[in-house]
Amino acid sequence: MYRYDEFDHDYVRARVSEFRDQTQRRIDGALTEDEYKPLRLQNGLYLQLHAYMLRVAVPYGTLNSRQMRTLAMIAERWDEGYGHFTTRQNIQYNWTKLTDVGDILDALADVEMHAIQTSGNCIRNVTADHFAGAAADEIEDPRPTAELVRQWSTAHPEFAFLPRKFKIAVTGSPNDRAVTKAHDIGLRMLRNDAGEPGYEVIVGGGLGRTPMIGKVIRDFLPKDDLLPYLEAILRVYNLHGRRDNKYKARIKILVHETGIDDMRAQVEAEFDRQMREEGGPLVAPDPVQVAKITAYFAPPAFEVLPDASTTLETAMANDAALAAWVGNNTSEHRTPGYAIVTVAIKGTGEAPGDATTAQMRVLADMGEKYSHDELRISHEQNVVLPHVRKDDLPAVFSALRKAGLATANAGLITDIIACPGLDYCALATARSIPVAQDLSRRFAAPERAKAIGNFTIKISGCINACGHHHVGHVGILGLEKSGIENYQITLGGDHTETMAVGERAGPGISAEEVGPAIERLVDAYLDTRADENERFIDTYRRIGAEPFKEALYAA
Amino acid sequence: MPLITDTGFAPDDAITLTPLDALPEAGEGVALDLPLDADTEAVAAYFNRLDLIVIPFPNFGDGRGFSLAKRLRSLGYRGRLRATGHLIPDQYAFARFCGFDEVQITDEQAERQPENQWTSATRALPPFLRRRVSGWV
Repeated sequence: MYRYDEFDHDYVRARVSEFRDQTQRRIDGALTEDEYKPLRLQNGLYLQLHAYMLRVAVPYGTLNSRQMRTLAMIAERWDEGYGHFTTRQNIQYNWTKLTDVGDILDALADVEMHAIQTSGNCIRNVTADHFAGAAADEIEDPRPTAELVRQWSTAHPEFAFLPRKFKIAVTGSPNDRAVTKAHDIGLRMLRNDAGEPGYEVIVGGGLGRTPMIGKVIRDFLPKDDLLPYLEAILRVYNLHGRRDNKYKARIKILVHETGIDDMRAQVEAEFDRQMREEGGPLVAPDPVQVAKITAYFAPPAFEVLPDASTTLETAMANDAALAAWVGNNTSEHRTPGYAIVTVAIKGTGEAPGDATTAQMRVLADMGEKYSHDELRISHEQNVVLPHVRKDDLPAVFSALRKAGLATANAGLITDIIACPGLDYCALATARSIPVAQDLSRRFAAPERAKAIGNFTIKISGCINACGHHHVGHVGILGLEKSGIENYQITLGGDHTETMAVGERAGPGISAEEVGPAIERLVDAYLDTRADENERFIDTYRRIGAEPFKEALYAA
Repeated sequence: MPLITDTGFAPDDAITLTPLDALPEAGEGVALDLPLDADTEAVAAYFNRLDLIVIPFPNFGDGRGFSLAKRLRSLGYRGRLRATGHLIPDQYAFARFCGFDEVQITDEQAERQPENQWTSATRALPPFLRRRVSGWV
């Protein structure tokens, strides 16, 4: 894992005291509310419906046990005993008091964490595949790239006042778990025909009120050119992105209105200018620096083990619940004898992504004891133990079960993404969490959920789409119609490398109708699928939307 | 309209600015008023006649000026570069790293944000550049 160097330490500490000073100048009146607001946002502090919300960065979703324990301590001491893991691999505290923020930021700095650039019109926390460094299908670990991008983008003097927020995601695997095509910039690591490492650069993806699938702006960018190329994209965006309408200010609109070919020409011209600069581009990465970063992400000392574990197999034979959990919540590790564990932070009837102080401490213990002191936050609002010996899975399952963290639903219909919605968010037009809770109860029976198989439901409480509803197999968008919550259903979305934006099924329905409608839709799918290996999305692609629309509106 | 540099406030130099469309006819030692949507490649042909380029900041949240400054420096402009309009002390260092030499603000703003707030605002290089300057990178 990455460890702060002296520059990180100095900077994070200085930034806390700078923010205390900025807050004081706001109180004195030297800064107007308008001038203070972006400074507050760029330090992670939002004003929500009921209180301030502090969003803490978990760079590319990777953290150690000590950091997880500090997150638990903050929840206990300064919040109401829980935190909320987000689709951007961060954690949010929904009940922050303004007077506590400085102390919270100091506590985070103690464990090499911060809330910098988790909000505001700047380059946000960089995200990456939550299975990085562990997945069997990985070409290369994306985290050294993500860390390089984090270092480059932190307090970048040119890009702190962009037209709008800017999100970068990196994947090192052809199976895209980082939703790269729905980001302002998505980076896919690959090798060219000569075997040299580089990136496919995708630009202009995004969800929100105008969902767009990112377009390839460079099909192969040599690894060394990454930072100058990112600077070129950002400079073109900063100069030409729309500032007249915040809803049209993201780079996806610029790419759409300019056209990808013209956009590419502008970016390449900007890139060439930098490459021609005297002494080379200012942000050319130094090989020594890159090697240092890469070394931090060296694989832990795995044991040489047989791939199959008799301990595990015996335990599974005697415990159906364990077998179901292992079958569903573990993924293939690149090292024989190891598994990747997905811990569901969405038990039956719970708010997706909410973890209590006690649960965070159990997760920290599991990470420390069984996963080489590493944990990940996934964009699906789950927590991942990336490096667990198969021999240890029964013990991990048992401890998680005691903490209410052993729901065997990773990738299943109850593995729902939901935004905080009207329960917390000032922008929301409808509630998300109660809808998620209702669906999770309806499909709680493990056999049924397993029979349905891979099925993603994603719920947003307004058109800003923080719950990724556009790319759910089934998307649910909460709106408000004459003072009443109204939910639009979309079908056929896909968040992976075969990304698709879901299509609206028809008129919106009431909150109470959502659950029964989804049940009818699922029954229709089970009746029509070719066989049990055909996922809902495959059936949808094969037979189209009509049968599912009929089922949804059959009542 | 004080001018702000690394040493603090200085009085307005009341320099006469040349608009972009008058640039081809202007002589030597020109102070150019550069609009945010200017074609910088076209301006580059006149760099050797320019003493000063002034870039407007209509609002402190509008960061176009930072990128415009970087591009001018990238195109080889070595003369004086001034940011004028609405910047706040917290952006002074950003402006300097993007290639500006000085910042000019209104009298009203200077009253609300006096000299000491500008001189005490952070001047530290962002961490990425600090690594590079220190030779660590």
